[in-house]
Amino acid sequence: MEYKIVLESFEGPMDLLLHLIDEAEIDIYDIPINEITEQYIDYITKMEEMDLEVTSEFLVMASTLLEIKSKMLLPQVDKNDGEQLEMEEADPRLELVKRLVEYKKFKYASRELRNYEEIQKKVFYKPKEDLSIFTKEEEELEQIDIDELVKAFNNILAKSKGKEPLMDIDKIQREEYTLDECMEKIKRKLKYNGKIDFQHLFDNECSRQEIVVTFLSLLELIRMRYVVVYQEENFSDIIIKIRK
Amino acid sequence: MDEREIKAIIEALLFVWGDPLSLNDISKIIEVEEEKVKKILKNMIDEFDFNRRGLKIICLNDNYQLCTRPEHHQWINKLTQEKDIKSLSTAALETLSIIAYKQPITKNEIENIRGVRCDKALDTLQKKGLIEEKGRLERTGRPIIYGTTTEFLRYFGLETLEDLPTLKDFKIEESDIEIKEE
Repeated sequence: MEYKIVLESFEGPMDLLLHLIDEAEIDIYDIPINEITEQYIDYITKMEEMDLEVTSEFLVMASTLLEIKSKMLLPQVDKNDGEQLEMEEADPRLELVKRLVEYKKFKYASRELRNYEEIQKKVFYKPKEDLSIFTKEEEELEQIDIDELVKAFNNILAKSKGKEPLMDIDKIQREEYTLDECMEKIKRKLKYNGKIDFQHLFDNECSRQEIVVTFLSLLELIRMRYVVVYQEENFSDIIIKIRK
Repeated sequence: MDEREIKAIIEALLFVWGDPLSLNDISKIIEVEEEKVKKILKNMIDEFDFNRRGLKIICLNDNYQLCTRPEHHQWINKLTQEKDIKSLSTAALETLSIIAYKQPITKNEIENIRGVRCDKALDTLQKKGLIEEKGRLERTGRPIIYGTTTEFLRYFGLETLEDLPTLKDFKIEESDIEIKEE
């Protein structure tokens, strides 16, 4: 007869290790590395038997455990200088313990956030009223002079000047920013308020290439009629808005 | 304009806007300085709570929004067929809490803490608008750095990032072991 063992699912090797440590009720700072390694390897063997995918991360951790285990078997030498050994050298477990403790903190924090989430799921918000009937049509791009956009673009470019060396023409460089990526980025920035100031499209740290590609993506988005750009009045900031 | 009128207008604005409305916008619209608007809004929040109104005003990083109270959920639910609203996966939530406390942070740093790859989780979180790219680090590979959004605050009912639950401090225990080993 076939029977199934229910295996708890873990978020990864750290999660599994923490579980084993909790289960065994041992001090995280004094892990009996022998036992834990054995249990850990047991567990991933079971995973394999059950045709669960054992990702490489689990295997990396297994080898880390084995490495620590073997280091702990080695006699401690080199104390002849009378110098005290660094903690790391003294206890091969320390590095792992540090990582476990760090991970545990966030694991707990995420449980706490889960409670917050449960409460907030019970809250309702009202969608924004459709105010488009009140919007004046002439606010759209058709009313903005393309020169204004180019001027604003030059301002941004001027700001970034001197931040990077002149391009090395001998070498062909890989495209760091693709149009698609930048268009996605603009869309994401627009997602929150539905509009954004032209200046805010660019971080202060923007490279020249990033600026150019972002600007091209903006033009592309305008062409696709995804956004409109407008100005409240002459010389004021240029606003980019999602077209409804 | 007396304060009662101002409050009424703000309530109307929040109702129409639906989304979080910034203090700055409100102040510009009603032509009252921000400091004063902020005080009035604080009063409104208290009054809404005190009178046990069905709606409340929440504040997210100086943005204000109307919403219902969680305790009325069971009644509101009767308007519709009950359905469980999807929660974040454990992986996404773990990733998100690391970002929340350690932002700005790169993908690599998150993965070092979690010990697993986080591409999928990051993608989900970004699609849900809970995190966003905050720029790039000026070092090899120019890795993207991530941070949380205002939507993140709303999603968990926090006013600012300072309202995050305090990380359990393990430092005391750490000093413990040193004593033990001596």
